[in-house]
Amino acid sequence: MTVAADAQSISAPRSKVRRSVKWQAVADHAILILGSLLMILPVLAAFVTIGASDVEISRHGMQISDGSHLLENFEKAMFTQGGFTGSITGSTMLLNSFILGIGFAIGKIALGMIAAYAIVYFRLRFATFAFWMIFTTLLLPLEVRILPTYEVVHGMGLINTYTGLIVPLVASATATFFFRQFFLSVPEELVEAARIDGAGPVKFFIDILVPVSRTMIAAIFIIMFVYGWNQYLWPTLITTDEAMFTLVRGIKQIYQSIDGGSDIPEFGRSLALIFIAILPPVLVVVVFQSWFVKGLVESDK
Amino acid sequence: MVHVALKNISKVYPNGVRAVQPTSFNIEQGEFIVLVGPSGCGKSTLLRMIAGLEEITEGELSIAGRVVNDVDPAERDIAMVFQNYALYPHMTVYNNMAYGLRNRGMPKSEIDAAVNQAASMLNLKEYLDRRPSQLSGGQRQRVAMGRAIVRNPALFLFDEPLSNLDAKLRGQMRIEIKALQRRLGVTSVYVTHDQIEAMTMADRIIVLNQGRIEQIGTPAEVYHQPASTFVASFMGAPPMNLLPARYNGNGRVHLTDDVSVHAPQTVDYSGDIHLGVRPENIGVVESGHPGALPFSLDFIEELGAGRLLHGRVADQGIVVHLPHTAPVPSGEVYIDLPQTSLLMFNPATGVRL
Repeated sequence: MTVAADAQSISAPRSKVRRSVKWQAVADHAILILGSLLMILPVLAAFVTIGASDVEISRHGMQISDGSHLLENFEKAMFTQGGFTGSITGSTMLLNSFILGIGFAIGKIALGMIAAYAIVYFRLRFATFAFWMIFTTLLLPLEVRILPTYEVVHGMGLINTYTGLIVPLVASATATFFFRQFFLSVPEELVEAARIDGAGPVKFFIDILVPVSRTMIAAIFIIMFVYGWNQYLWPTLITTDEAMFTLVRGIKQIYQSIDGGSDIPEFGRSLALIFIAILPPVLVVVVFQSWFVKGLVESDK
Repeated sequence: MVHVALKNISKVYPNGVRAVQPTSFNIEQGEFIVLVGPSGCGKSTLLRMIAGLEEITEGELSIAGRVVNDVDPAERDIAMVFQNYALYPHMTVYNNMAYGLRNRGMPKSEIDAAVNQAASMLNLKEYLDRRPSQLSGGQRQRVAMGRAIVRNPALFLFDEPLSNLDAKLRGQMRIEIKALQRRLGVTSVYVTHDQIEAMTMADRIIVLNQGRIEQIGTPAEVYHQPASTFVASFMGAPPMNLLPARYNGNGRVHLTDDVSVHAPQTVDYSGDIHLGVRPENIGVVESGHPGALPFSLDFIEELGAGRLLHGRVADQGIVVHLPHTAPVPSGEVYIDLPQTSLLMFNPATGVRL
């Protein structure tokens, strides 16, 4: 949509080239619609298939169903106990996913802001060095250091806890980096005005810096929430208790834990779970989209 | 009564740059002091040292009889207005003004009274619930003023507060600030690079150059009796004419061997000098007028209220400012440099003789 609008505003003498502008717009829209379809069709296919019974799905694969099993499959996905131990429901996994996603995002933002605050606003002797040390951790994502990290978390007895799930993921440089760049763009005079107004370091941080950064916080929250929500490897390692499973990690379990293999796999239930797993990140992005764009392009000062 | 005293205040940055040479002056109670100078002259550094935003390398600063070298900015009983307003963007106008008072633990009712009083003084009453981004530049500047006023400080500090405004608004705010300062009677230090602001607002002007005080004086003193060629050429638009000349102690100043004028005074000096004269003090005269000098006119700048004649006298570039009522000169032009308005400067040191 924006592409089309841009194209229109670029072509200056409108009356003369109206016809070609129109075609341009049509072509732009066609490309965008095609792209959107490409992205959304698999999701749509999954959604319409949910309505079919497991028997139908195993016989014919993905299909346009009459929707008679839609509610039933969603209900099963959310509330029927499943898994190996039969102790986990979709809603528990959803809750776990939310705890991970939100905890991860908040943890990252809090840590990143505090670290960036120290680096930017305080005359520390090795501030630059510290920043680059933090920055190099970008080269060491969790996947690279997964064994020692597991060892440490295990040693601390944090297996199958939310703390163990979230904290090792939180330490990383991305948020610190973003906030550092943002803080550097906050005018110096704001700090000085606050100093004269009698705001100490903590007061300045809470009263001024955090509210000023709110668009930035929202933007990073979206990125981090989705990133945390989609974590797979670490939750797989750290949660052995099914009650701690997240959606992304648990779907496979639901799909696989079919006893004996005599039953037909619960396709409908799995698809419904997949759909549920996609929904929150999508909603977060849709709801916070305007904030997100603001945070990236606009400096509200 | 001395209100603010600077004793040999200097600033040396960690990289060894000396931004402010040892500087001393006193500010009287209720006085409006303007620090003026070109960029990089140290005027902002000096102001920021008074505010406590920069550490004082050497010397002693006292405000209202208290040495404040090591006192926190918040405890110095000062208020500062910044060039970019430095309003808190997420707070309403009310909260912007109230923030400093809240941090001081002032009771709510008193804050409310103080903010409302300042707001009505500055015509901001109807904007109290707005955010800074919803205000115009002039209104933002007023809020910044309000934030300073509510504190009821012992000293106002202004750091080029008008340079972000357009020319018309600048003229208007200049008057408002001056009137407000008169009314409140608060001692003020105002930094600007704009010599018109300095002239119009100051009780006393301090002209700074390369971290050093060139002159302290009333606007009239600084304008008419500049202490150095720097002050002479910095104050006034167009600046003072400075003509290379010779003075031999015989009562005359020689622009060339044949062209000379009466020396303004007898000084114990002989040799090369710079002869200073303000463009508006030069008159166009008839050829027979005593002391008339031939002036070759290059071009005329029309200002409306007057005209600037650019030309040469004794082969030196010179600018003459004529009122618009004077006839436009043409043909052979003669000018007169009145003896009483001439100033002589030592060309090596720039100091007035």
